[in-house]
Amino acid sequence: MLTLPPFEYHSPTTVEEAVALLRQHRGQVKVIAGGTDLVPNMKHRLFTPAHVVGLKAIAGLDRVAEEGPDIRLGAMCTIAQLARDPLVQKTLPSLAAAASQIAGPQLREMGTLGGNICLDTRCVYYNQTYFWRKALGFCLKKDGTVCHVVQGGQRCVAAASNDTVPVLMTLNARVRAVGTNGLREIPIAELYVPDGIVNTVLAPEELVVEVRVPRPEGRLIAGYQKLRVRASIDYPALTIAVAAKIDPADRAEWIRVVVSALGARPHLVGGLERFRGRRFDQGLAAEVSQVAYRQCHPLTNINVDPAWRREMVPVFVRRAFARAQLSGSGYFEKEGAQRTSDSPPPPNTPTQQTR
Amino acid sequence: MSFGKKLNVVGRRLRKVDGLQKATGAAVYADDIKLPRMLHCKILRSPHAHARIKRIDFSRCLEHPGVVAVLEGKEIPTRYGVIPWTPDEQALAADKARFVGDEVAAVAAEDELAAEEALELIDVEYEVLPPLIDPAEALREQRIKIHEGSKQGNISKHVELSFGDVAAGFDRCAAIADETFYYEGSTHTPIEPHCAIGNYDADGNLTVWSSTQIPHYVHRELSRVLELPEARVRVIQPFLGGAFGGKSDPFSLEFVVAKLSMKTGRPVKCLFTREEVFWAHRGRHPMKMRFKVGLSETGRIESVDSKILIDGGAYSSFGLVTAYYAGQLLTGPYQFGAYHFDSTRVFTNKPPCGPKRGHGSVQPRFAFEVALDMAAEKLGLDPIEVRRRNFIGENVKTINGQLITSNGFLRCLDLVEKASGWKERKGKLGFGRGLGVAGSMYISGTAYPVYPNEMPQAGIQVKLDRSGKVTIFSGASDIGQGSNSVPAYLIAEEIGCDPRDCLVVVSDTDLTPVDLGAYSSRVTFMLGIACVEAGRKLWAQISAAVAEKWGVEAARIEGSLGTIFVPETALSMSFKEAVRLAEAKFGTLGATGSYRTEKLGGDYRGGTIGASPAYSFTAHAVEVQVDPETGIWTVERVWAAHDCGKALNPTLVEGQIEGSVYMGYAEAAMEEMTYLPSGLHRGPSLLDYRIPTSLDTPELTAMIVESGDPKGPYGAKEAGEGPLHPVIPAISNAIHDAVGIWLTELPFHPGKLLRLLREKDKPRAPVPPVEERISAAGESRA
Repeated sequence: MLTLPPFEYHSPTTVEEAVALLRQHRGQVKVIAGGTDLVPNMKHRLFTPAHVVGLKAIAGLDRVAEEGPDIRLGAMCTIAQLARDPLVQKTLPSLAAAASQIAGPQLREMGTLGGNICLDTRCVYYNQTYFWRKALGFCLKKDGTVCHVVQGGQRCVAAASNDTVPVLMTLNARVRAVGTNGLREIPIAELYVPDGIVNTVLAPEELVVEVRVPRPEGRLIAGYQKLRVRASIDYPALTIAVAAKIDPADRAEWIRVVVSALGARPHLVGGLERFRGRRFDQGLAAEVSQVAYRQCHPLTNINVDPAWRREMVPVFVRRAFARAQLSGSGYFEKEGAQRTSDSPPPPNTPTQQTR
Repeated sequence: MSFGKKLNVVGRRLRKVDGLQKATGAAVYADDIKLPRMLHCKILRSPHAHARIKRIDFSRCLEHPGVVAVLEGKEIPTRYGVIPWTPDEQALAADKARFVGDEVAAVAAEDELAAEEALELIDVEYEVLPPLIDPAEALREQRIKIHEGSKQGNISKHVELSFGDVAAGFDRCAAIADETFYYEGSTHTPIEPHCAIGNYDADGNLTVWSSTQIPHYVHRELSRVLELPEARVRVIQPFLGGAFGGKSDPFSLEFVVAKLSMKTGRPVKCLFTREEVFWAHRGRHPMKMRFKVGLSETGRIESVDSKILIDGGAYSSFGLVTAYYAGQLLTGPYQFGAYHFDSTRVFTNKPPCGPKRGHGSVQPRFAFEVALDMAAEKLGLDPIEVRRRNFIGENVKTINGQLITSNGFLRCLDLVEKASGWKERKGKLGFGRGLGVAGSMYISGTAYPVYPNEMPQAGIQVKLDRSGKVTIFSGASDIGQGSNSVPAYLIAEEIGCDPRDCLVVVSDTDLTPVDLGAYSSRVTFMLGIACVEAGRKLWAQISAAVAEKWGVEAARIEGSLGTIFVPETALSMSFKEAVRLAEAKFGTLGATGSYRTEKLGGDYRGGTIGASPAYSFTAHAVEVQVDPETGIWTVERVWAAHDCGKALNPTLVEGQIEGSVYMGYAEAAMEEMTYLPSGLHRGPSLLDYRIPTSLDTPELTAMIVESGDPKGPYGAKEAGEGPLHPVIPAISNAIHDAVGIWLTELPFHPGKLLRLLREKDKPRAPVPPVEERISAAGESRA
């Protein structure tokens, strides 16, 4: 069995105490929430912290509540809790959908929203044992100097693989974090940077405590699609979220598309402002999907054929729109539109998961 | 064993004798064993695919707290291998590492973490050599040799056999399919990683507990390598968490824990990590196959010709057999007019390949069954019909001289045809949905023991106690298939006891008779025959004693589930009373039974390899759905019909059919052992090396056909490996029915399917000659 390196475990009961521990042991400490990311990474010797700060004993970090214009999601909400919470299902169906497709059932019970947001970037040359990485000659992200994905690459391109993040980006969520200077709120689109070694702007002693999502108002549709080899457990080969605000005359007010599992930062598809005012139908969704296709370039950092993944970008963007939900019912279904290109449901994709 | 007799135990859906132990967690697996003063061992592995070991320095390592002993290759240099003709492995490489992960040195320490930390403190000086990763390149290369002792370059084994006039056969053909296929390598992924504990005691006896499926061969090789008398070595196989062929070689850790225990005088345990299971491997060989299949105007298989390049990895393992099986096991269930095969296994600097469920024959079966559909399509022949027309029959010899006794293949075809609605639905499901079929044949053990000898391949000892308890000593290795239960079923059937009163003592070379191991689908067949023999001897004594008591003819007496009686009379007693009478009359009661190797096979070099006392037959029909926009395909259902001769326990047979189908499906859908150009496996973990979970596997209908083999115990034949074969070609054939393309390379990635779909209507480039194609296929794989 792979061993865990030895460490001292701390169990603070307040956020302030946790932050103090992070400051005190800066450089030798990791935060553990559900442990589904950290524990295997420690077994792989990607992290060998002398101190580990657990968050279980801090009360109140796992609440889901409606407050003012926001839905508040505690960082210690488990992924399973997000997937089945009635408020999330009703108001943020694309988030519930994404959560329900993370990993497998046992991992969803352990993994948390905060953990998913802070998920370490992933790469086939990085998420391996120490022996394997040594045989490879190590890599840019850990213990080495060479990138094996991009020849001669100077910047790590390990893939952001968090499935909740694309959805939260399309919904304009804000991440609240507590650090030595107190609480700050970061729009989630500004949380990530294109550096696979550390891909967030969070300071080492900053702790994510909550996510606030504006409650969708009016005709806001949101959809989610995930491509992975096994619908039962795998990390994403593509993780795609879409959202659009539609006016009473069926015209698009705004459209947002985020594609991730590409590089270090989830990709917010740019240039969609030009579709403002266009009639929102499947033809428009197809045009949007082509914009996404042109901007997305999957890499070999994930062990699924990049050429095929690229071709799947527009297909799954279209499908995300086609199945996007408006207050629990499909927008296109409501409009009576045909679902020609999407029928039958694609096998090996999350729709099959309940089989 | 007469077929007319009413059966009381055989054929019933009884619980496995160890089912509850496994379900409740009471079963003891190798890693559950903890001995007083036990040390933990870790093995240092080569980070290079091909490197000479110049020097190993343990000085830093020995200073590490907790380290008790270290070991290097030159302390146990004797070469071994499961096949006695090709001993090319060392417990720890003494001179050269031949793949990334090859074992180089070992440490025993007070705990696992200390041992792991200590590995980093062993300083090894390597001279790095150019690695040979691609088999086509390894075949061409003459200068760089992976094994210096190889007679010819990097060739592990070359076999070429010809039966009948292949060229003349093709001349008579109305349709010929000539294609190149590629079968990707895959591995077993048993849920339990390899684990061994060695304990060398003060009396000079060595005991090794190991998660092996071949205790007898491990026993022999331990004795040879450690230079201990065989009588001083005891091998115990605890409960096994799956094997599938992945535990049928002697492995490094078994020798290492034994030697370290001899050095330290303390028990030593080694448990592989999942990654180490990938280095130990011995899984399915990648094969590049050119297959030419010719049909006459009436659809008769006139001629079959194959040329196969087998990627063996770094060591021989069972490779000599693999090279034969790749050709020898293809000659049923269809009659071939003429047949020629040429198979070459080459060494490469990758983890060694070996026997995985359906050893050597799954790959060519895939190629052949798809090629058969291709040729049949040219004649406008229905795939089921062409298989029926070529049925080889019962009590016949195959073209390569193997004797087929019972053969229920036609009934298998009938069942899957009916269950799948083939006649009404084939070709009528619309674009994107399709049906496919394939057939296969497999051995029930091989007539040829791994080392030549005149002794039995399997044996059984039974002890009857006056309490009514029946203790059965069986050397067979239960790897989940149920061989711990088979002796209880068969002895109970023979002697009339309740199978729940049988205690089966298993897989301990000090206590149980020799059984050669769980491979070649031999166990139930051979062990079963031994059980019947022992049971009959005991029944002769029991019935004689009871007959004397009642004053009736012994032949009138029957026994069933603990009661001994004369039918249609009031004469009845408990089994226990009967045993007491027999013990009073004959003295202490016990009996043995054996399975002796039959002389079988063709009269030519290699003719005994693949010769089996009985063959199983299988047909699968598969329905697929293809999404033409993504290339993603799903299997809607598999109908699997398998002729196992007689189901001794139908639930266990169905379990074997289901497990086989899922394993085959997994190979078709996603499994792949792929390597970086340096020879490093791309993802030796269960996250990167994907196998379907229970949520990803298709619906399945398992159907049993009972042809009643005249040689098998109660008519039984194998069921554990045969049912794996057809599902892979059946999926390819079904995808062809759905969208009109032929998938000839495993795994069937959606991206690959999508590309073929787009190219379908484009004109095809002219086909280059065979040799070029095989080497080109190799280059593209490098």
